[in-house]
Amino acid sequence: MNKDLYDYELIPDVDMPAEFVARENARSAAAAEETDASIPRRRFLKLTGIAGGGLALAFAIGRSQRVHGAHHGGGHAPFAPNSFIQIKPDGSIVLAAKNPEVGQGVKTFLPMILAEELEAPWESVMIEQSDIDRDRFGIQSAGGSQSTPRNWNLLREAGAVARTMLVTAAAQSWGVDASKCKADQGFVVNESTGAKLSYGELATAAAKLPVPDAKSVTLKERSEFKLLGKFVAGVDNRDLVTGQPLFGIDQNLPGMRYAVYVKCPSFGGAVKRANLEELKGLPGVVDAFILKGNSVDGQLMPGVAILARSTYEAFQAEKALQVSWDKGPASSESWIDFKEQARELTSKPGPVTESQGDMDAAISGADKTVDAFYTYPFLSHSNLEPQNCTAWYRDGKMQLWAPSQTPQAIAGMLANLLDIEQDDVEITQLRIGGGFGRRLINDFVCEAAAIAKRVDYPVKLMWNREADMAHDFYRVGGFHNLKGTLDSKGKLTGFQDRTIVFTQPSNPKRPVRGGNVRAANVQCPEIPNVRIETHQIPLQVPCGWWRAPGSCALGWVFQSFIHEMAVAADRDHLEFLLEQFGEPRWMKEGDARAFNTERAINVTKLAAEKGDWGKRMKKGQGRGLSFYFSHLGYFAEVAEVTVDDSNRVTVDRVVVAADVGMLLNPAGGENQVEGSVVDGLSTLAGQEISFEEGAVRQSNFDDYPLLRMPSTPKIEMHWMTTDHSPTGLGEPAFPPLAAAVTNAIHDATGKRIRTMPISKEGFQVV
Amino acid sequence: MATLQVTVNGSDRSISDIDPNTPLLWALRDHLGMVGTKFGCGKGLCGACTVHMNGVAIRSCSTPVSAAVGQSITTIEGLAEGNSDLHPLQEAWMEEDVPQCGYCQAGQLMNAAALLKSNPKPSDADIDNAMAGNLCRCGTYTRIRKAIHSAAAKGGAA
Ligand code: FES
Ligand code: FES
Repeated sequence: MNKDLYDYELIPDVDMPAEFVARENARSAAAAEETDASIPRRRFLKLTGIAGGGLALAFAIGRSQRVHGAHHGGGHAPFAPNSFIQIKPDGSIVLAAKNPEVGQGVKTFLPMILAEELEAPWESVMIEQSDIDRDRFGIQSAGGSQSTPRNWNLLREAGAVARTMLVTAAAQSWGVDASKCKADQGFVVNESTGAKLSYGELATAAAKLPVPDAKSVTLKERSEFKLLGKFVAGVDNRDLVTGQPLFGIDQNLPGMRYAVYVKCPSFGGAVKRANLEELKGLPGVVDAFILKGNSVDGQLMPGVAILARSTYEAFQAEKALQVSWDKGPASSESWIDFKEQARELTSKPGPVTESQGDMDAAISGADKTVDAFYTYPFLSHSNLEPQNCTAWYRDGKMQLWAPSQTPQAIAGMLANLLDIEQDDVEITQLRIGGGFGRRLINDFVCEAAAIAKRVDYPVKLMWNREADMAHDFYRVGGFHNLKGTLDSKGKLTGFQDRTIVFTQPSNPKRPVRGGNVRAANVQCPEIPNVRIETHQIPLQVPCGWWRAPGSCALGWVFQSFIHEMAVAADRDHLEFLLEQFGEPRWMKEGDARAFNTERAINVTKLAAEKGDWGKRMKKGQGRGLSFYFSHLGYFAEVAEVTVDDSNRVTVDRVVVAADVGMLLNPAGGENQVEGSVVDGLSTLAGQEISFEEGAVRQSNFDDYPLLRMPSTPKIEMHWMTTDHSPTGLGEPAFPPLAAAVTNAIHDATGKRIRTMPISKEGFQVV
Repeated sequence: MATLQVTVNGSDRSISDIDPNTPLLWALRDHLGMVGTKFGCGKGLCGACTVHMNGVAIRSCSTPVSAAVGQSITTIEGLAEGNSDLHPLQEAWMEEDVPQCGYCQAGQLMNAAALLKSNPKPSDADIDNAMAGNLCRCGTYTRIRKAIHSAAAKGGAA
């Protein structure tokens, strides 16, 4: 057995954005060392020249959020055993929300972990969005569903350290052993006497104690949890529903000007000439200039900046802009050509990238062979809040209000790009109107900063929807020529994928972001013979991480094809799928990234049971099943559809069974699952990004439709609670959805869908 | 360039030095500093910019500010009427924890409030019809429906 092939470690970690953050951080650190050894180690120090004026003038966004009834004030130093917790003598408790909030609920549930271990009553804590500071808060990013697994122990320990110190302080004041005292919702109780001291009363004494080692403190048992697992609504909700400024786009500074930045429709093209003087004469326009950019992937492309007194005037000026572009190499690329090329290539054997067993023997000895060609398009992220960033450059300092999923990657990038010191970059994190992986890449931050560096006033860069769709980092499209073999008993004996891996000029040896195809992604460890052949095609159109990178497409392809094989074998899909998992086992004991067939089996059975698997349906109705393991989460889904004679598909119900260890906050967690189901339906219904001459053809929600409320199915969720550490929910509910639906359409109609979106095959989601 | 008078959330506001063709959305956001109303598409396709003009839901991205002169505009900042702190829909939104990123929600709320005004006890189908023009990229539709029902049950037309 080929060890690498079934190690299953690489499944969720292919292209993990976390790797990207780590890489960027390493790069920044290296750059800092090279430039000046005397630069203080801690970056983004909050004081860099703006502590006085700037913030007072700005909207106070991205700062503290009051949950309920907390009090400010108190003259004594707070008890702050670590960067995450502050307890003031007046009893107020402030917890840090360290990571960017993109809608995944992290601003609420990470502080919940702290509050749980601290034994702090949730109604009385204040949540404060933290600064960006690697030294104090560790990795701060929103990507790869990593916030939960990466912070689970860190924050539990942080909370437990503080609780332990408060208990010690109380024990000392009573002169009793700490084991006789217990923390309980903001108080320490003397269990022998019943006496109580509040955290506020203990804060000053606790602050004088040595901070114990985080590994030495006792964490709560899950059975002792009071807050985690409860429905806790988002801490920003009140501000959101009353329209308070929270988002990047809401940032407002005195004397601020509004900028648009126009790039070549064909990726990477340079500006030859532009009618700058004419633009400067337009109403409200205050400046216009060309930026050459560094043309580094994900940083600054060449373009024209137009600055005006208002967004409208900037948008209007853009309409009057005339540029002569020097179209870059991408201008030779069109999606139609790629499709032809890919068809052609995948019809022939390609370089074998992974192999196990003897696929040729499986083919020659097969009782039955199934061939199928699957394809899916590029996708845009289409965050509802278009890309934007506010920047202010003065006295050699760059201050940014950046809706970024990787804020820690910014300073290093700007240091190189704009020749400024990393320490002179300060970033305020803001609530983000949708992430989905788009804002892991900070191109829009580079643009805002580069424009701001040229002028002496604050600048808000605003992309319109058309720019947002035309200059994304897209989910890469794909092609899979699959072959499956069955023996006479209907067992799956062989699996072959002849596929395409796109590469980009920035990294010609590696697949594009989210574009790798591994045998482990098939997630069927029992198949004895497996072969992956990958042809490479170079691509200039920029690709990025898109919700559940890799898995978002592969989950559909492989789970649909497994269903095809079950149908060809004339066997029940559930039974056939379970057979591919084999015995319940963990491919690498103790490693959450390794496939655990026991968890796969359990969620699959649960989804089938709750989804009425095997129950008869009316004519025109169908039921489909799918499973996928991604981003550490195990999800199985059953979809029920009704398809009419004109191929109009109503998705009636989606049943989701999940194992993410433990659901920390049903409020945010279930919202993620519902959102993933809707997102999955959006993409399969009608989304396609296509390009001609290196330019994207879609421009807005009329030609790139998002699912609307009437098409939203009934969504049911069933959560398994297991002893495994809790893991994230931003992504793993997405990958199984599409195959559940297309398998259901097959069940209803006998028609197999192998092209996404399904509108390409004549189906319409209603 | 002109100086225009608009009534926003009950107060008379004067906007000077503005192109009368400026969409109401940008007049609110850039000129009046009221940023609760959001920009999503600029073409009437997403509903993020929904406000009320004389009680009727309109897309402020596609309505020139000149058309709002002399009219009564309500934005998310002024949705709660009279003495109450929050509109019943806002309360329901918080209770059901509707928002994910939250960016679309001001528009969703404004649209839902207009719905309840004309139809205080909407069915699922009524809600779907009325809300179909409002996109939520995060997919919070199920909870929006639920929250509208729950506000309606509490007499949410307020
Ligand atoms: S911004 Fe007005 S409808 Fe989208
Ligand atoms: S909550 Fe994010 S767009 Fe609706």
